Parts: sequence; C-alpha cells; structure tokens
Amino acid sequence: MSTESITWAAAEPVSSTWVERLHGWVTTVDHKRLGLMYILYALLFLVIGGLEATAMRIQLIRPHASFVPPHAFNQLFTMHGTTMIFFVAMPMVFGFANYLVPLMIGARDMAFPRLNAFSFWLTAFGGLLLYFSVLGGFGLYGDGYAPDAGWFAYAPLTAKTFSKGHSNDYWTLSLLVSGFGSIGTAVNIIATVLCLRCKGMTLGRMPLLPWMMLTMSVLVILAVSPLTAAQVMLLVDRYLGGHFFDVQAGGSAALWMHFFWIFGHPEVYVLIIPAFAIASEVIPVFSRKAMFGYPVMVAATVSIAFLSMSVWAHHMFTIGMSSGANTFFVITTMAIAVPTGIKIFNWLATMWGGKIDFKAPMLFSIGFLFQFLVAGLTGVMLASAPFDWHLGNSYFVVAHFHYVILGAIFFMVFAGFYYWFPKVTGKMYSERLARLQFWTFLIGFHLTFDFMHVPGLLGMPRRIYTYEPGRGWDLWNLIVTIGVVFQAVGVLLLVWNLVFALVRGPRAGADPWDAWTLEWSTSSPPPEYNFATLPTVRSRRPLWDLKHPEDPDWKYE
Amino acid sequence: MTPSMSPTNIFSPAATPARWIAELSQLVLSVTGAIFVVVAGLLCYCIWKYRRRTAADDWREPPQVYGSTQIELAWTIIPVLIVLVLFLSSARVIAATQRADPGRNALQVDVVGHQFWWEYRYPGLGIVTANELHVPASDPARPTPTVLNLYSADTDHSFWVPRLAGKTDLIPNHPNTMWIDPAEPGLYLGQCAQYCGTQHAKMLLRIYVDTPEDFARWVEAQRRPARVVDQDHVSRGREIFQRTACINCHAVSGTPANGRFGPDLTHLMSRETLAAGIVLNNRENLRQWIQNPDVIKTGSLMPAMALDEADLDAVTDYLLTLR
Repeated sequence: MSTESITWAAAEPVSSTWVERLHGWVTTVDHKRLGLMYILYALLFLVIGGLEATAMRIQLIRPHASFVPPHAFNQLFTMHGTTMIFFVAMPMVFGFANYLVPLMIGARDMAFPRLNAFSFWLTAFGGLLLYFSVLGGFGLYGDGYAPDAGWFAYAPLTAKTFSKGHSNDYWTLSLLVSGFGSIGTAVNIIATVLCLRCKGMTLGRMPLLPWMMLTMSVLVILAVSPLTAAQVMLLVDRYLGGHFFDVQAGGSAALWMHFFWIFGHPEVYVLIIPAFAIASEVIPVFSRKAMFGYPVMVAATVSIAFLSMSVWAHHMFTIGMSSGANTFFVITTMAIAVPTGIKIFNWLATMWGGKIDFKAPMLFSIGFLFQFLVAGLTGVMLASAPFDWHLGNSYFVVAHFHYVILGAIFFMVFAGFYYWFPKVTGKMYSERLARLQFWTFLIGFHLTFDFMHVPGLLGMPRRIYTYEPGRGWDLWNLIVTIGVVFQAVGVLLLVWNLVFALVRGPRAGADPWDAWTLEWSTSSPPPEYNFATLPTVRSRRPLWDLKHPEDPDWKYE
Repeated sequence: MTPSMSPTNIFSPAATPARWIAELSQLVLSVTGAIFVVVAGLLCYCIWKYRRRTAADDWREPPQVYGSTQIELAWTIIPVLIVLVLFLSSARVIAATQRADPGRNALQVDVVGHQFWWEYRYPGLGIVTANELHVPASDPARPTPTVLNLYSADTDHSFWVPRLAGKTDLIPNHPNTMWIDPAEPGLYLGQCAQYCGTQHAKMLLRIYVDTPEDFARWVEAQRRPARVVDQDHVSRGREIFQRTACINCHAVSGTPANGRFGPDLTHLMSRETLAAGIVLNNRENLRQWIQNPDVIKTGSLMPAMALDEADLDAVTDYLLTLR
C-alpha cells in the first residue's frame, strides 16, 4: 500500500491544443477515458430520451389532446424505449464498470484495452444509426421517419407489410451493432475480473462491485446473443425471403416474443445488478460498517442471474400459453423475489447499528432502497399471472418498470455520480445543490410514477396516443405529466452541480469519504495506469486494514 | 376503489374470470402491502435510529458486524414461505380460468382483430357484425357463458374488457380462447391492449350484455338480410355503393357487396358507434367518415372516397337504411 505517497505528473503535456486533446480522447484505449465516454454518451442520449418522454407526457396531459399526431407518438415511444435501454442504461452501466472495475481490483487497465475502445465505438455508432433513421428511413429519398414498432418490436409489425421503408432496418442494425459492442465489453469485464486481480485478492476478497459487474457481464453474453440472433433472423425475413416471423407463410409471431424476452428479462438484471453494485459500495461507506453478509450477497447476485434466465415468458402471460407454462413462469418469477429480498435485508442490516451519514450518495441510496422495495412488490403482483392478465400492457406495468429503471437503477447511477465524482475529477461538488437535486427529483419521480399505477388499475393500456374522457384516467394523467417538470429541473441541477464543480469546485483529495476500497488509495483523478506499484490486499477492505491496523478485517474473514 | 371511479376498473368485476382475479389481487395486495409496511417501517426506524448525530458524535467507527447465518436463514425462509402461498393461490386461478369447461350452453363467438377494428362472427347463429359485441347475460343458476375464439387478420391485438376478464392477445396464426359469463345486463367497455399500429389507441371495445329476451330479438334482427328501401335517392346511393370501391372491403348481405376487409354493413345502423367505438353513429359522423375517415381516425385503413356532395349524400342515405 505504498501508492498513496506517490504523486504523478500530468500524463499529457499541459499545453496541448484542443485538436491534440480531441485526438487523445478519440484514439484512447484507457479504461478510465472510455468509461467516461460511455457515461457522457449515455447522458447525451438521456437528454434525447427525456425530451421524447416529455413530448409524450404533454400529449397525454388530457384526453383527445393533439400535441403530436398518432404516428409521431408511436415513433416517440419506440425511440424513447430503445434509446433509454440500449443507449442510456447499457452504456451507463458499462461506463461505471469500465471506470471502476480495474481500479477496484488493483489493475492498470482492462484485459483488452483495444477491444474496449472498439466496443465503445460500436455502441456509439449503433446509437447514431438509430437516429439516422429519421433521415434515411425511406432510404434517403422522400421523408425519413423513425421506427414505430415499439421497443420490443413484436412481429408481424416489423414485417415488410406493416413496416415499409428502412426505418425498422435502422432499428435492427443499430441494435445489432451495439449488441456486438455490449458482448465485447462483457467479455472484457469477465477477463479483467478473472485474470487481473491484484496480489492477495481472491474472488472471496473482491469488493462487491466487481463481483456484480462480473455477474452482469455473464448475463450480457447470455442475453444479448439471442437478441442478436433474432435481429439477423428478422433481416433474413425482410430481405432474403425467410419466414421465421412471417405469419402469412406459417411463421410464428410468438417465436419473436420468446427470442425478445429471453433477452429482455435478463436485460433488466443486466441493468439492475450494477445498481446493486453501487449500492453495495455506497451504503457501507456512509453507514461506516462493513457489508453485512458478503458471501450471501454474492450468492444472491449469482442466483438472481441464474433465475433470471428462466422467467422470460412472464412478459407473455396474455399470449395464450398453456396453464402449465403459465404456472411454471409464475413460480420462477416469484422465486426471484427471495434472493432480491435477501439483498434488501442485507443492506438494511449494514445500516443497522451504523452511523448513517446523509451525504448525497447515501440519500440517493436510501431513495433506491424504498423505490426498489416498491418495484419488487409490484413485480410480485405482476408475477401472479392472473393479476398480470389485467396489469400486463397497462399503465401499471409502465409504472412498475419505470420504478425499476428510474427509481432504482437511475437513483443508484446518481448516487454513483456523486460518490465517484471527486475520484474522477479530483473536485468536490456542492452538497447543498446535490440535496436540492435529490428532493426535486424525488418529488418529480413520485408524482409521475406513483400516480401512473392508478390508470393501469382503471383499465388504461400503454402505447395509446390518446384516450377517451369519462374513464376516470384524466386526473392521474395530469399529475403524472406535472411530475415531469420536477424531474427535468432535477436533472438540470445535477448537470449544473457537476459542471460547476468540475470548473470551480474545491479539491477533493484522494479519499474524501474515508472509504475502504482500492480506488481511494490512488490520487484523484487517478493517474494513467492507476497504480505505480500494484497493491497487495489481505481482506475485502484493504484501506480499512491500512487505517485500522489494530483491528484489521483479515482477522475476521 | 368504487365502480363509479371508472367504467374499466379492474376492481369492480362483473363476470367470473374478472371476479377470480379481483379476489386473488386482494390477497396479493394485502400480502405485498404488509411486506411493504414491515420493511419500509424497519428502514425508516433504522435510518432514524442510526443517523449520525453530528454534535454528540465522537467520529469513532461503529462496531463492525460481518454477518449472521441465523439471520440470513430467517430472511431466506420467510420469503420462501410467502412466495409459496402467492404461487399456489395464483396457480389455482390459472387452472380454474384456463381449464374451465364452458359447458354445452356456451355461445361461441369468433373475434377477429383487424387494424383497427373488431370483427365478430357467431358461427352457430350465422351472424357477422363489427365493433359492438352482443352476448346474453348468464344466469349464475343456469350459466350461459360466452366463449370468445380469438384470431387476428394482421398484427397482434389484445382483447381487454377489465370488468369481465383479463386480457388475452389476438395473434395471427395462433388462435386463442377466453370466456366470460356476465350476469348483469349493461354495456361494458374496454379497448385493444396490444400495440397494433397507428390507431391502436382508437380500437375500443364495447360489449353489450343483453337479457336473454333482448339477445334473442337482437339475433333475429341480425339474421335478416339487408333491408331494401325503394326510394329514389336511396336506390341511387345503393347503386353508387355497389359500383365504387366500397364493395371491395364491405359486405351487405343479399347484395353483390361481399368484401371482408372492412366491417360488415348489413345492419350498420343497429350499432351505436362508428369506427370501433370512436364516435356516435349518426348521419353527420357517417357522412364525415365516408368523405374522409382521417378526420375522425388518422391512419384508418379506409380511404377517403372522394365522392361529390350529391353522391356522398346518396350513399349516406343508403347506409342509414341498413338497420
């Protein structure tokens, strides 16, 4: 642990021109820069996806509104879903994994730095392809238009008959390209975690974040491959006369559903496991206690990943599967509640008896705990197939998965921003503004997504560009739309806080949170190649051992 | 939630499948509600009790606890038991709903989903109609349930009338079935619940549950061929209808019009609404619909007929006679 005393000269000459700096970023294979590029790229698309959501909410503020025409609305929800899942959430978690995994396992970079850069650029071009459809949807003649088959693009809406021009092909190609990027990054993370851990860091001593990123990467390979295969099959259908999903020639629309959800459900865990990872780092540090039940947390993560491969058809309870199949997917889906509950209880036990410090990362983690609890419980309701015959494809399910993605995943992403911002930039953000952001965003989130459950219970299906008055849905939709304003202000506060801190913030120092994992042992921002000499660890919390030589962790593990 | 809150409230069931779900949902909601209260309560208590008290705090680290096998076991086993209860109660409703024998008194109706309207065929009665489904009320003592056989002519759709049953999808090349047995006569609303294209939002469902006598009268009226009215402008309207593109898609029984792409118009005026429940079926809306459907339902697959004013009036008048 001798790295702390070493100061590093700036890696680049200070007087480099902006062209040189840009060249440096474009050609970089450094895991930290690629991690940041992933995150910035995700933020850019977050703004685009957020604007799409805002347009939809304005349209739904009252019955029979005419803010956007029907076909535009259908394009908006298709693009919003595709953007948020594939070009916001995925790059976001890859960004965190890229930046943090090598630092936390005491490595100097990812296992395959060039593959890392290649994967990032594939993902980046995938996003551009998706939005290029707006220009090239009809093949560069006539009007372009965005894909409009929904983000899960059920057959036969994607068949030539119902989806003319090329907009759907841009959707397919963009997911194909970014899918290869995701698989590349996943392979890289797995190799890095398995092969590049520093001396003494057995798998049993590895911090939970790399453990969970490893699990997430295995899931990416298992989940994205079938999606990629399905996209190729769809292209074969559209251009080579295949009949996989072509119902008029004996193909099967249900086959696409199976392919899509065998990707789609593990995908949820691909996104939420990194949120668990951040929570498992932030909660112990701000409760000043070691993670409660570390081996159980690892086991719960792996079993969630395992179970998540067997639940996909709970998205298809309404397609008329046999009662046996429906029953099977009820039990597998409900079974996931058990390891998930264990996780919540372990975080709770970590806080229990601690000294909880309500800094911004912890505030967002507490928000996450409550919201994830609610999302888990509405998930159990949806897992009960008969209940799902009502709730599936209604606004209830929309509220449920936004609770997961925004209330759980993005609250932890925000927590992660505040927690590692001082490490990444060497600057400290404004705690006051961060708290303001927390409360603004929390109010907006709950206005929008708590009340969104209600119209679902009152029979409002999703993906409708307008609705009839007299169904008892008007008030709820109005409140839901009002919440958007608060969320938008919250995001602006976050951006303002971080940008202002980057330019003007006070120096943060190497270890502002008095934390315990290896990334806090190097300077802020970390130098190129992270560690001058590779560290050696004897426990899960090497910096705790260093700070408490009288009571080190390795005596107890 | 009271029934008056919404005509499509899932918690005010009016048929057996919906009632079973509502009962199950009460169990699921109370169990999940109780879990929420307990866990959220613990969280609140923990956050309050173990907050860092700046003034009194000595900034020493609290005792480090690494885990406890007994506690981990406890919070594994208790959720397993809860899950088992919820699973078994769900499995019971699945089996009861999907394996129910509707009996020999059941009325069979074929439902065909189209972009963006519903076709209803009563194979046993020889009736074809659209958008407004009539079924007999089912006396719980002598049940006469209705079995809906679900088909799609194009993309996926989903049949969801929340007060009668959960939704079931209509998938091309993949026939499905569901059943309802509403006891109370009345109108039950719903709409397509699987995204099916541009006008997914305006594909509304209307189910009229009739008393057995009313239903018998309705059946008798629907089985009659189209009325022939021999007034001049009506005949002219019929003649225009039969020589334009109308008959490519629409059928009027007893006439050369036998298209099946659009709704059957034999008894058009027996229906209260037009265009899958979107507007009232009156002269003004009907005329507008023939002139340019896009005004009422952008993206509807019916083309604007480009008739001149006189022809438009004549065709409208002809359609108004199809009771």
